[in-house]
Amino acid sequence: MLGDVTFGQYYNAKSFLHKTDPRTKLLLLIAYIVAVFLAKDFLSLATVLAFLIIAIIFSSVPLLSVLKSIKAIFVIIVFTFVLNVLFHVKQEGETVYFWVVTKEGLLSASFLSARLILLVTGSSLLTLTTTPVNLTDGIESLLKPLALIKFPVHDLALVMSIALRFIPTLANETDRIISAQKARGADFESGNVFARIKALIPVLIPLIVSALRRADELGDAMDARCYSGSKQRTKYKKLTFTFRDVLATLFTAALIAGVVILNGCNIAVLA
Amino acid sequence: MRVVAEKLNFYYDRKSKNKVRALADVDLVIPEGSFFGIIGHTGSGKSTFIQHIDALIPVQEGKLVVGNYDISKGKKADKKMLKELRSKTGIVFQYPEYQLFAETIYQDVAFGFKNFNKDATDEEVKNAVYGALALVGLDASVAARSPFELSGGQKRRVAIAGVIVSKPEILILDEPVAGLDPLGKKELMTLLHAIHERYVKTIVIVSHDMDEVAENCTDVAVFSEGRVVMTGTPQEVFSRAEELEKLRLDVPVTAKLTAALKGCGVNVATNYTMDDFVSKVAEIYKSGR
Repeated sequence: MLGDVTFGQYYNAKSFLHKTDPRTKLLLLIAYIVAVFLAKDFLSLATVLAFLIIAIIFSSVPLLSVLKSIKAIFVIIVFTFVLNVLFHVKQEGETVYFWVVTKEGLLSASFLSARLILLVTGSSLLTLTTTPVNLTDGIESLLKPLALIKFPVHDLALVMSIALRFIPTLANETDRIISAQKARGADFESGNVFARIKALIPVLIPLIVSALRRADELGDAMDARCYSGSKQRTKYKKLTFTFRDVLATLFTAALIAGVVILNGCNIAVLA
Repeated sequence: MRVVAEKLNFYYDRKSKNKVRALADVDLVIPEGSFFGIIGHTGSGKSTFIQHIDALIPVQEGKLVVGNYDISKGKKADKKMLKELRSKTGIVFQYPEYQLFAETIYQDVAFGFKNFNKDATDEEVKNAVYGALALVGLDASVAARSPFELSGGQKRRVAIAGVIVSKPEILILDEPVAGLDPLGKKELMTLLHAIHERYVKTIVIVSHDMDEVAENCTDVAVFSEGRVVMTGTPQEVFSRAEELEKLRLDVPVTAKLTAALKGCGVNVATNYTMDDFVSKVAEIYKSGR
């Protein structure tokens, strides 16, 4: 039931994008997001889409797995779309289709929705091609400068990787508790919103109890092995940049340049 | 309640490319009144099968009849029928103490009863709860306490009480004694026998401990890789020790000893419970062979 939590789910393969350094991927994702927001019209957004499609091809992740991430924010997309159509401020000379629905309103709503979809699919490509361990290694490495101002970078990375590690475990646990309470006649499907929220109490309490117990046990296990995030701690797998990172960076730079140029073009055309 | 499964198939991730076949043409009858043991390795399909009986997992392929309820593929199962079925089949999951949630033991045990008997009076709820607590050997005075204050073994008893409170006709327990110490194991099995005698007609336990099954069950089914590879009385099943070992399943100590004695030319006709085995061997010894 909860097995299909795609966010943060790694797709195992050996592609160009999988082998790219997580730090590069993180930074390039930020660049990609900037590009998505820089894009001012459909043409430049199409450039971003082309970039995304090429990235997907280079990730060898099946398209369906990538698209699954949209499912999670589907409601938000629909919500954004509807609100943007309804609350579009009508200006002179706009084509009215029906009631407050104008051509321009539909266009701007589609533009925003497309932007959202591009943002989410792009970000999910990072988690699909990077193992949680690699991802936290990357974040830790990127945040290292903050250690100078006594920011606990390593601890933060550890907390993150533990949290990620326990998502599937807790999802399984939730499934099991739901089954157990269903077997005792619990009903999660009928009644109004409040009845349903109340019906979740017999699931949430055991879940929280078990999460705390697991945290306790994990803490004990780490203590037993004398874990400490001290400076002497070395890494088994060191992150290294390769030619892939250079290629990926150049390619993303091309994207941003493309978007900026196209933005400029269109303004020129309009003027 | 009698459970009849015919050609039951189940796949996890059925629609995906790497689907896992958890049940493969399972044919199995759990007779009414039996103390039924299901044995097999982790991942052999035992747990998947028992969740089918309670309709927690819908049947994908095949026939499954639980008592008077036909929940086979293609049969319409409405909510009311499922609720009735679930009130008559109790299922105790592995480590059931982790499903306790209420503020007091009383409330936790009452949860199932109230769900299945929406219009029960306070008096009826009270009787059912105290009845269930007594059945699992807990003193009525614990009712007002928080379930989280109890020891592991006691929590497990509370969880079992929370299931049998709705008077199921079949009680299914997934690894009921896992994680208990030897004494706790023995006490819990004695308790289950008492429940079997007086209260619930049919009990099914899932286990990977052969000794436990040999000691306690009237009927046994062996699961391996989603298939039922053997069924019968413990006597029938454990006399086929070699086949079990081929499936990389352990056999009870008594079966190992019987096989070893047979190798020395001594035939012991035992039902593989420890008491019976010891007395049979003593008999042979006394008769001077």
